[in-house]
Amino acid sequence: MTEFLEALARGLGTGSIYAMLALGFVIIYKSTTVISFAQPALMMTGATVTSYVIPALGFITLASLSFFVSLLLAAVITAFIAMVIERAAIRPMVGRPAFVVAIITIGIDIVVRVITGGFIGTGQRHIDNPWGIERSDLLGIRVEQRHLVAMAVLVVVVAALVWFYRFTRHGLAMRAAAFDQEAALTQGVSVGNVFATSWGMAGALAAIAGTLLATNVGVGRDIWIIALIALPAIILGGLDSLPGAVVGGLAVGVVESLVGNYQHDVAPWLGNNFAVVSPYVLMMLVLLVRPYGLFGTQEVRRV
Amino acid sequence: MSQFASLRNASGPEPRASSRPVAGRPLLYRSYAQDMALFNTRPKRLWVGVIIVVAFLLPMAVLDPTLEVLATGFAFAIGALGLNIVTGLAGQVSLGHAFFVGVGAYTAAAISGDPDGRSIGLGITEIAVWLPAAGLVAGLTGVLVAPLATRLRGLYLAVVTLGLVFIGEHIFREWSDLSGGAGVGREGPVPTIFGYRIAEDSSLFTAEQNLYWLMLVLLLVFALGARNLARSRVGRSFAAVRDRDMAAEMMAINLPRTKTLAFGISSFYAGCAGGLIYSVVGFFEPSTFGLLLSVQFIAMVLIGGAGTVSGTILGALFITLLPTITRELPAYLPFISSTATETPNIYQLESVLYGALIVVFLLFEPRGLFGIWIRIRNYWKGWPFSY
Repeated sequence: MTEFLEALARGLGTGSIYAMLALGFVIIYKSTTVISFAQPALMMTGATVTSYVIPALGFITLASLSFFVSLLLAAVITAFIAMVIERAAIRPMVGRPAFVVAIITIGIDIVVRVITGGFIGTGQRHIDNPWGIERSDLLGIRVEQRHLVAMAVLVVVVAALVWFYRFTRHGLAMRAAAFDQEAALTQGVSVGNVFATSWGMAGALAAIAGTLLATNVGVGRDIWIIALIALPAIILGGLDSLPGAVVGGLAVGVVESLVGNYQHDVAPWLGNNFAVVSPYVLMMLVLLVRPYGLFGTQEVRRV
Repeated sequence: MSQFASLRNASGPEPRASSRPVAGRPLLYRSYAQDMALFNTRPKRLWVGVIIVVAFLLPMAVLDPTLEVLATGFAFAIGALGLNIVTGLAGQVSLGHAFFVGVGAYTAAAISGDPDGRSIGLGITEIAVWLPAAGLVAGLTGVLVAPLATRLRGLYLAVVTLGLVFIGEHIFREWSDLSGGAGVGREGPVPTIFGYRIAEDSSLFTAEQNLYWLMLVLLLVFALGARNLARSRVGRSFAAVRDRDMAAEMMAINLPRTKTLAFGISSFYAGCAGGLIYSVVGFFEPSTFGLLLSVQFIAMVLIGGAGTVSGTILGALFITLLPTITRELPAYLPFISSTATETPNIYQLESVLYGALIVVFLLFEPRGLFGIWIRIRNYWKGWPFSY
């Protein structure tokens, strides 16, 4: 039982990171109806920025303070990069089919990844963090502290998003634009600004997720592939549902962790490292039953 | 087409040579058959003939390494034609093309492989056996996956097919009896025709020349097939699904069946291409069939010109020649290094070019290389007037 609970906690920890990535995808999808395949590159960029900023902030003596300050800085910088990308390559494509824009983001992803890879170099860049591999006792189960931090950050992020969408003018504008772009335009909402804001938010979320992901393993050139696991998460929850993204992310994290823990004993014929592809299998199974995910809006088609 | 023909037959005798263009009036179509003809203008017929003849004579003038690259390019072009059918013609975004290419490659390699070797092999090296088998197995896999695909639209489909690539890579990696295992890999299929070994130097021609001609002939066959498919009833139903699936449904086009067919045919092409590519390259391992390969195929179709056969072939050749071109660059641009550990190096430049070319073409010339050709042609058609 303890083993199961510990695996569950591990899953929720990594799941929180996936949930943040998934939120980035969904925020962009809601306002632009495009899946941005550039998220992996932005995540990698955010983690790399943190790895450069933390040593530069050496004058702050409190270790955890310097970590969070650089996390915020990286989020701001990555958000800025994301907004520049949006302005240069996505805005001119307004009105074109979503698939074409999605392919453009694949192209951007490759370019940004290679440039960031140049800053990373061939090895791993270490990210200084106050926890290392320390664990805490929580009701009898041992949980890695970095997983607790990830969960806490997710709670803060979700609270901030709820506040933003519910209680700010920009949040209202974004909801309006997501609901009906043309109607929002006639009400004086600048849809262009909405696009830029959503890309900025997604970039910031990707940077936070990337940094948390890299705290133990370091930033390498192949870290981007982990961000793709957020794709099954958003499909699972429904492409246009923010709660769905959180639930999907956590579910994917838990499934991955449980499969990693038990598959070797239960179904060894599935091969080593089946946990890595289990989110995709889960996604296919859910889609067979619910083609629009668990919380997604079913598209209304009229003849 | 048949309806028009029958109408004409009912109203009187067929005018003579109606499918022939009128001399000096290239834009005058006198019959539907002429409009839908394989080469509807005389210059097209002439220039395609010239290009094919030049392509056949090329091995006499070009060195073997270049021929090998071109042969690989032709094999890739067959795969790109497959993706063009499902994405360019039927409008279904597939990021899973690499998976079907992989299925074809492993089927072909398993059939032609050495029976006493490390990995599974039946020892039948005859290309007439392993090529159709590779295509059929991949095509069947495509049909098996299709029920999932026909329920989904747009970007949901893109992500699901992406998942297919990851699951496929996992299966290839773990089934080490077939694939040789991760990091080890296995030999590509061996092509022989009636006992004649293509991939070995003979007294008359080198291996590269043989492979080049083989790939050229096969590419012509597959391209003709794709072109004819596009102008058949099936091809038109694909285009109808692409342009507006609901309208297509109203015209009594069976959506699930049409999409399944598109996936099946596309995967058949991919499977054949998989077998052929690695019979030229000679060696492959599970990680070959990753996301990058899928993106490369998409780049070929989009840079060449989605929905067109000639554009897709051009795009495939362009993408396969890109590494050869970038490898020459350090001689001209001294700040670019040719070793992988320094920055910026040619491998980074190559990847950046893939990405940047996709972005630039979609932003500025969505019809791809084919569109550039149309622009040039129209300029000279209207010359000296601007339109």
